[in-house]
Amino acid sequence: MTALDPVLTCTWATPQSWTLSAYEAGGGYSALKKAAKMAPADITQAVKESGLRGRGGAGFPTGMKWNFLAAPDGGPRYLVVNADESEPGTCKDVPLIMASPHLLIEGAIITALAIQCDHAFIYVRGEVVHVYRRLLAAVAEARKAGYLGRNILGTGFDLEITVHAGAGAYICGEESALLDSLEGRRGQPRLKPPFPAVKRLYARPTTVNNVETIASVPGIIDRGAAWFAGMGTEKSKGHVIYSLSGHVERPGQYEGPMGMTLRELLALAGGVRKGHHLKFWTPGGSSTPILTDKHLDVPLDYEGVEGAGSMLGTRALQIFDETTCVVRAVARWTEFYKHESCGKCTPCREGTFWLSQIYERLERGEGTEADIEQLLDTSRSILGRSFCALGDSATMTISSSIAAFREEYLAHVSGHGCPTDPRATALFAVPAKKKGAGA
Amino acid sequence: MTYTDEQTKRLAKDASAIIARYPQARSALLPLLHLVQSEDGFVSPDGMVFCADQLGVSTAEVSAVATFYSQFKRHPTGEYQVGVCTNTLCALMGGDAVWDSLTKHLGVGDDETTPDGKVTLERIECNAACDYAPVVMVNWEFFDNQTPESAKAVVDSLRAGKDVAPTRGAAKVCSFKEVSRVLAGFEDGRAGEGVGAGPASLVGLEAAAGAKPNGGAE
Amino acid sequence: MTTTAGAKADANLVTTITATIDGFEVTVPKGTLIIRAAEDIGVEIPRFCDHPALEPAGACRQCLVEVAAPDRDGNLTPMPKPQASCSVELTAGMVVKTQETSEVADRAQKGVMELLLINHPLDCPVCDKGGECPLQNQAMSHGNAESRFRDQKRTFEKPIVLTSEVLLDRERCVLCQRCTRFSEQIPGDPFIELQERGATSQVGLLDVDVLDFEGFAASGLPTEDESGRPFSSYFAGNTIQICPVGALTSAAYRFRARPFDLVSSPSIAEHDSSGSAVRIDHRRGKVMRRLAINDPLVNEDWITDKDRFAFRWQDLDDRLTHPLVRDDAGVLVEASWPEALERAAAGLANAMVATKAKGVGVLPGGRVTLEDAYAYGKFARAVLGTNDIDARWRATSEEEHAFLASSVAGTGIGVTFADLEKAPAVLMVSFEPEDEGGVVFLRLRKSRGSQKVFTIAPFLSPGARKLDATLVPAVPGAEGAVLASLPHDVVAALKGDGAVIILGERIASARGGLTAALALADSTGARLAWIPRRAGERGAVEAGALPGVLPGGGSAGSAGAKIALVRTWGIESLPAAYGRGLDDILAAAASGHLGALVLGGVSLDDLPPSAEAAIKKAPFVVSLEVRRSGVTELADVVLPVAPPSEKAGTFVNWEGRPRAFEAAFETSAVSDHRALDMLARAMGADLGTPTVDAVRAELDSITVDDAARASRPSFAAPSSTPRGTAVHAVLASWHLLVDAGALQDGEPHLAGTGRVAVARVSAATAATLGSAGVVRVSGAGRGSITLPVVATPGMADGVVWLPANSPGANTARMLGVWPGASVTVKGLGA
Ligand SMILES: Cc1cc2nc3c(=O)[nH]c(=O)nc-3n(C[C@H](O)[C@H](O)[C@H](O)COP(=O)(O)O)c2cc1C
Ligand code: SF4
Ligand code: FES
Repeated sequence: MTALDPVLTCTWATPQSWTLSAYEAGGGYSALKKAAKMAPADITQAVKESGLRGRGGAGFPTGMKWNFLAAPDGGPRYLVVNADESEPGTCKDVPLIMASPHLLIEGAIITALAIQCDHAFIYVRGEVVHVYRRLLAAVAEARKAGYLGRNILGTGFDLEITVHAGAGAYICGEESALLDSLEGRRGQPRLKPPFPAVKRLYARPTTVNNVETIASVPGIIDRGAAWFAGMGTEKSKGHVIYSLSGHVERPGQYEGPMGMTLRELLALAGGVRKGHHLKFWTPGGSSTPILTDKHLDVPLDYEGVEGAGSMLGTRALQIFDETTCVVRAVARWTEFYKHESCGKCTPCREGTFWLSQIYERLERGEGTEADIEQLLDTSRSILGRSFCALGDSATMTISSSIAAFREEYLAHVSGHGCPTDPRATALFAVPAKKKGAGA
Repeated sequence: MTYTDEQTKRLAKDASAIIARYPQARSALLPLLHLVQSEDGFVSPDGMVFCADQLGVSTAEVSAVATFYSQFKRHPTGEYQVGVCTNTLCALMGGDAVWDSLTKHLGVGDDETTPDGKVTLERIECNAACDYAPVVMVNWEFFDNQTPESAKAVVDSLRAGKDVAPTRGAAKVCSFKEVSRVLAGFEDGRAGEGVGAGPASLVGLEAAAGAKPNGGAE
Repeated sequence: MTTTAGAKADANLVTTITATIDGFEVTVPKGTLIIRAAEDIGVEIPRFCDHPALEPAGACRQCLVEVAAPDRDGNLTPMPKPQASCSVELTAGMVVKTQETSEVADRAQKGVMELLLINHPLDCPVCDKGGECPLQNQAMSHGNAESRFRDQKRTFEKPIVLTSEVLLDRERCVLCQRCTRFSEQIPGDPFIELQERGATSQVGLLDVDVLDFEGFAASGLPTEDESGRPFSSYFAGNTIQICPVGALTSAAYRFRARPFDLVSSPSIAEHDSSGSAVRIDHRRGKVMRRLAINDPLVNEDWITDKDRFAFRWQDLDDRLTHPLVRDDAGVLVEASWPEALERAAAGLANAMVATKAKGVGVLPGGRVTLEDAYAYGKFARAVLGTNDIDARWRATSEEEHAFLASSVAGTGIGVTFADLEKAPAVLMVSFEPEDEGGVVFLRLRKSRGSQKVFTIAPFLSPGARKLDATLVPAVPGAEGAVLASLPHDVVAALKGDGAVIILGERIASARGGLTAALALADSTGARLAWIPRRAGERGAVEAGALPGVLPGGGSAGSAGAKIALVRTWGIESLPAAYGRGLDDILAAAASGHLGALVLGGVSLDDLPPSAEAAIKKAPFVVSLEVRRSGVTELADVVLPVAPPSEKAGTFVNWEGRPRAFEAAFETSAVSDHRALDMLARAMGADLGTPTVDAVRAELDSITVDDAARASRPSFAAPSSTPRGTAVHAVLASWHLLVDAGALQDGEPHLAGTGRVAVARVSAATAATLGSAGVVRVSGAGRGSITLPVVATPGMADGVVWLPANSPGANTARMLGVWPGASVTVKGLGA
């Protein structure tokens, strides 16, 4: 059985872990000091050799991304840290920043050294005010300590970090929409080309990386690429945070090497809710096709999950036991995508609008068998047709849930409504209410 | 404009501090709208005109942004904006039940405010705290592992004017306007309050320690 | 088969690539989008958001096609998803399959179409766009017959007002974002934007009622133009035309006609000197609407709102249908053509031959066609025996006359729109691109970012600001001195290959300005473009409707040119006396030294009141007009003439490009050249201008050799430049694009988008005036204008700017002075 291996999370229990003094006491900023003496290309090379892949969902090799940046031309270039964390099920970046903002800042400074930018932005979703407070304070502390500002650690290198609060839009996690949002616009995804590495924020070369990705950088510099590459599987290296939520005894953040299995993680988390068993789960948030109890031993790395017909995404493992109605679950996700569709492209805007109404009807008991086909067909009209991946995402749990649980959909049709008791899913006892009452 | 000269002056000073954080002024629009909410409790039309003036953009462009983001409110908000997560995971873990009981208890629906102006109830989407489901956010502070009873107790205390502490966050929930000012990027000195990590954030550490006291790879 | 797409196929200039679309090999310039390349082989990929003049958006997803491209090793690799052909460039070796050959593409397109239609109302029968709607057409050719959608459609209350002239039916909108992208990208007027998000997305404004904002401020449209009008755009009407569905409608046209009821005729717009190509849609002798015609050389896809909406003026109640003559009681009464012509002929003959012969002055105004201007000039010289002809009905000068005679007349096509676009640097002198140039502004704006723009003006106007122009401040009248001592960076920029100096017509009143501009062009190598405001100005110069210029550009003082013309015209001689210009003609009339005036389409609003007095004083006045006006009321004989849509003719645009047009529809109305031909006949002369063809043939036969041209002006700028004070300020003024001009009469929707009149002064001047927001400006003791005052950044102290002819503020008529004059400014208490 694979053991957990807390790296990013290891200081979280330290008293006042978010302060500079606590962070430095735990060895914080030593990686920066090391990086300050390295050539930028060597930092990037180390990250490349470590095999670090983006932790924001797509798993793009981080060192390669930095290498793609157009060569410095004297003009500004930017690092943008994606702390928008809004993917349903995903809940790792927020606790990381809350407990250890300096880890992110140190990673951002080292990244800035590597890509030679003098202004970095951390785009935090606006709905987590305390996280934002912690970052603002940590940036101020770091500036005071000389880690930010002019001539950092005598390197002659300057860096400012602006912490920017979003205002509630899931799409702003998509990196090009995030940049539009950061420029004071509606968060709508942009066309590629031009590619981020060439012309992005303020039409300048820009790299966008997830919080966990950037927070992994200090460790790689400090302990070496080989150490990092020594963890995980062949193509998915290093440590990652697995976020378990839902019908599980001890939900929370579990950090370990890439490629652990749900079976292992459930064992560490005390198993599925007592007295119940696993029905389905998402490997990486609501944008990944659902898996079932058949997939308990799938290695949670990019290749393994893909092999099982899903995607690793953000390792947001949402666990649902047998009390859960899959139609209800997917209906709610579908509503989410409808609510969050930016409206730019037809398939996503109109498709989610339509899908959501079909689900409402199924739940009300007014669905037909044709509706199930319509769900699939409309999903097909969105998947691969929408402007960005949000539209694709909206279809993932729909098609996968119909594939795995078609009878349950049919039962909603034949039974004119949901055959399960919605109260049974709650983690506490919910008193019965009269039929027809409530929302 | 119905802002007084004093207000306009004060807000313009804040606005220039915000604009100074960015290479291009327009980037300041989101924080400026948070600033307007800190003044008016919502994005007021006057506030939008103010933003347009500050940034030299059209008011259509400002409302285009203000209406895109769900945190920007079009009506005066209560002092406490109570958001119940009803995205799939929270909803199923009990968020729906929490919602039902709060809406009944307060007698208001989605995006409605109690007559005393204290609480605005809202359904919210996943707030990155699934391991603490069901989650309620009050002025964007975490109230973890809620039940209908605990949630009702929170809103009752808020309405009674008592200080209420979030599970993970500041020592007490600040008002909507105060929090909006923080989101505009003005520190309120509360970053040091509260826990570093809640219990669910630490389960992995505990499990790792249990399995292998000193951590490290095999 | 191999076809070649794109503007230029010159392989030496453009790198081309070769790829395959639907099995056909195509070679196109590198960078060509798939959708364009497909058009070239006749494959129309359906589209909504795509518009060739806008940046690709890839938003509607209607244009999906199947694409395979060679990978690094040259192996053809299919892309996993269908691609939006409007935003993907064709690359070498690519294999594209459109709906014609690909099941995948066809399915994808049908899927998008189905989704587009779920929220679209099925109201084609009552929709303005019915019959010419891309959605309707594509739904028929690419859609499924029956909708599978059986849920709740999105509905909106309808319609909402975007500007006084543009309405939006939100439920018809397919959110292609053409209109919002146009507004931002083309004129730079983001007056509309997408509002809300997702399925509730809609095009709109900050309208608190529509967007459900609770307000402290009064609800309704926001007022953000400092003049108190909702922010609008002079180009907003283009959004109606590019809307691929019937969501955007014109307040003026809405429900008035159906496309299939209309007859369309191509024409040329009469409102400015650009000569934009327009389509006139008419029904039973009435213009119903006007649209832009894409003309790559001139206006490309766009026209101004004035060109689009200002056409009702010709159908108002005051339209002249019969000639008028003044009866014995002094009242104008309708008369027959023969009667009127006889009266006019007699009156003019009398002015020529009476014992106290003083001659006739001919003032056709700046809106006439080339053919009409030619007829006026020939009428003056060959029939009336005078060089006293001047088409300039505005501030003029001898220096300008010399400039036009030497450097404009007969020079053919000079600087072009394309040259403006390519110019590395542009200096605008007394020229406001947005107000006075129309689509010139759009062409310049196209090069924003790659072109340096400087403007010599009293302040940085909104239009200049949208061009990122740098202000070279000048108090009106001092432009000559400013031109002579420009900052080094401006001079250096003008030395760039292809740089252009644009001269507006207002430079005429700044002594030494044109002389200095010519010198600057000589020293820098920059080319000059004279861009007057009115459609007929350049044609009039070419036709010889100036006192010292003969048709074709010869100087009236050149013996050679005169001999040639005498021969062409078959007359004995041309008048010997040097002709007088507008000011002198009017002065002569005012002092009783003129026997008669022949007036074309001129308005009393354009000149100081002295003009009216002069016309009154003239013993005999013939007016050729479309509508009754202040001028016709002063005339002894009024001959009704046709508006441009009812006649054929040519406007020579500012480039020098002849823009010929036919009558959009025939009426009994005659053009000026024909009326003059008849008048000449009544006077016993053969003018030879009965038809446009006759005029054109004659004009074509005239050639002028360069030696016959006038010499360039040489006027020194005044040694001291005008200096104003807060109280005695120098007047600055120009016509706003949308104002009280007579050709905009009858179009309240257009008027609603005009900027309300304000007075502009510098912040310091405003402070000195201590006004509570309102000033009274008085000129030369004659009258005054009271307006809200706006402190304008960058404006010189001691200058006050007023609009030339806006409602409530006509500077010439009300103040009796031209720009550059000293006026008295008084701040008024609240
Ligand atoms: C709809 C959508 C939402 C996303 N949300 C997030 C997010 O909240 N956080 C994040 O880091 N990446 C998110 N991503 C992925 C980003 O676009 C981007 O790939 C990532 O930030 C890159 O960082 P990485 O290479 O370090 O993973 C999202 C993508 C999509 C399509
Ligand atoms: S109004 Fe017309 S042009 Fe504008 S987005 Fe809608 S369909 Fe497109
Ligand atoms: S025309 Fe290509 S996406 Fe709209």
